[in-house]
Amino acid sequence: MHQIIKQILRTGIKTEAPPQPDEALQLEAQRINERILHQIGRALAIRHVDAGSCNGCELEIHCLNNAYYNIEGLGMHFVASPRHADMLLVTGPVSRHMETALKRTYDATPEPKLVVAIGDCGCDGGIFGESYASCGKIANVIPVDVAVPGCPPTPTAILQGIMTAVSNKAR
Amino acid sequence: MKLDDFPKIYPRLPGAMPIWHGVVNAEELRSLCTQVAHGGGKLFALWGSDEAEQYALHVALVTAPGMLALTLPVSGKHPAFPDLSDLFPAADRMQRSVADLLGLYPMGGGDHRKWLRHAAWPGDAHPLRKSFGIATIFPSGEDSYPFVPVTGNGVHEIPVGPVHAGTIEPGHFRFSVVGERVLRLEERLGYTHKGIEKRFEGMTLEQGTRLAGRISGDTTAGYAWAYAQAVESVTHTTPPPRALWLRALFLELERLLNHLGDLGYLGNDVALAFGFAQFWILKEDLLRMNGELFGHRYLMDRIVPGGVTVDLDSAAAARIAGTLRHIEQNVTVLKDIYYEHAGAQDRFLTTGRVLPELAAQLGLTGLAGRASGLAWDARAQFPCAPYDQLDVQMATHRNGDVAARVIVRFEEVAESIRLVRLILERLPPGETRCAVGDTEPGQLGIGWVEGWRGEILVALHTGESNRIRRLHPHDPSWQNWPVLEHAIIGNIVPDFPLINKSFNLSYSGVDL
Repeated sequence: MHQIIKQILRTGIKTEAPPQPDEALQLEAQRINERILHQIGRALAIRHVDAGSCNGCELEIHCLNNAYYNIEGLGMHFVASPRHADMLLVTGPVSRHMETALKRTYDATPEPKLVVAIGDCGCDGGIFGESYASCGKIANVIPVDVAVPGCPPTPTAILQGIMTAVSNKAR
Repeated sequence: MKLDDFPKIYPRLPGAMPIWHGVVNAEELRSLCTQVAHGGGKLFALWGSDEAEQYALHVALVTAPGMLALTLPVSGKHPAFPDLSDLFPAADRMQRSVADLLGLYPMGGGDHRKWLRHAAWPGDAHPLRKSFGIATIFPSGEDSYPFVPVTGNGVHEIPVGPVHAGTIEPGHFRFSVVGERVLRLEERLGYTHKGIEKRFEGMTLEQGTRLAGRISGDTTAGYAWAYAQAVESVTHTTPPPRALWLRALFLELERLLNHLGDLGYLGNDVALAFGFAQFWILKEDLLRMNGELFGHRYLMDRIVPGGVTVDLDSAAAARIAGTLRHIEQNVTVLKDIYYEHAGAQDRFLTTGRVLPELAAQLGLTGLAGRASGLAWDARAQFPCAPYDQLDVQMATHRNGDVAARVIVRFEEVAESIRLVRLILERLPPGETRCAVGDTEPGQLGIGWVEGWRGEILVALHTGESNRIRRLHPHDPSWQNWPVLEHAIIGNIVPDFPLINKSFNLSYSGVDL
């Protein structure tokens, strides 16, 4: 036990300040009214869905939980069920084999809900595009509020996308 | 045909790795596979191709002198080939995928259920046939898949996925349990099938580079190197020595990244959140270093046919050495904590055990194979430059449980740190990239790289004007997914996430 405590003390606090929202990432006009966003604000429950990615975006989403980005320190946490979620964080492209599962996950998420598409493939289908096996971008399958490009986008960019979705223009 | 005669009769493919390729008939294929299976060799990969009017089945085997790549012509009228799953159980899902994607069927026993196909296209359509256009969209049907039922007093099923509880890739697990004890696990994958192989077709050799780095994002350097080897083989290109050393640097950094992340998650899965916090700080430190020095946190698109796109100066080398020192110091402390933590060891030891005999029989490979006594590591046994000058020390263990896979990861972290230091010390001067020549249609080039998870193969069949006619990437997860079904037997359901993480297999890499 004292080894663990010593190591924790030696490591110190690594957490950095979060990024600011960026309206340029917003795909459509705010679908959810300000008051609700204010309520959700900093106690956001996020459900991640991999709808067919190469797993590169997942690596960066994992990093949000590390001590540098410390997403839980901001009051946001990843939940195990869409029924517990305010937001879906979706990576893609949406494979046709995941199309139904993604739609069902979206339907299972209670209103009001937000969707953030992650990565070049989530934004426009990326290198995999549309084909016999791929529906392309997330917005081809479910409504998307904010799209974060990058291959993969950095944790800071993903966090910024999440913050943008819960911010509003008045802020 | 005698196995030993194969390399004498057939030509060695040009390139860095010892690979011989020959066209065989069905009888010779069975005979060679039997000799390899009984002689301690293994099946590496199995894929098919459309050869205008007829087809071909390709089988890559690994044996003492290197890789034997066998091509069996398959009639267009009777598209069938001899079943190999009795010799190599791992062949089963590969054969079923060939049946789904190309319409070539194994003759004989075994499992004839579909594998990669769900409901996006009908059973009589085959996306990898040349007559099938990539943009062909069939209306989605109902997907049905007959899982093997387990019956008996008190047996019930737990269906999990495709959307999992954590931040992981999609797949379906069907547990048959009594109480908490697992009687049987059956996996159903293919959810992330996004047409990667079809997408490669018609790309130029240059265009294929970017896609190769996105087959399984966590192994981008491994795939990019294997792809580059395949291209360099068919174009008779020899990259400058400095480029090869930098590739090895990237491959070892990728191994470190993944092992550090896994060690953190393995702590997390046994309620040692401290381990997660610590290892993921170290991983982030390494990712930031990669981003600063090489322009990409995961080193995507840094390895290209002909060499690498980035170089290293002495300041960068010093930065890497400093980061490694910091990681090494911390990992040493964390290793002692992990090894001495009674709670963690209680969960790790004897959990998810694959004994060496079973592992050998099923063809377990890579890191997980080494934790079950299977001493295969292409960097040590078939070292291409620069590994031929680095004397890689293979980490092996015999217990085959989660604890063994943790130990192998710790040992490989230490070894990769040693290798990176040697690379920095001996990095030869010179160019980092050379021009890639032209190729002829009808060539086969194969890349073979020991990625962090295990052996990766990229098989490239060339078409007209330097384009890809067919490309098959093979992930070690093909071999290891079926073994996971065995590793969980007799364990309790709550240990599944831990066992699964100790293998950490790719979905995208096998769903393609």
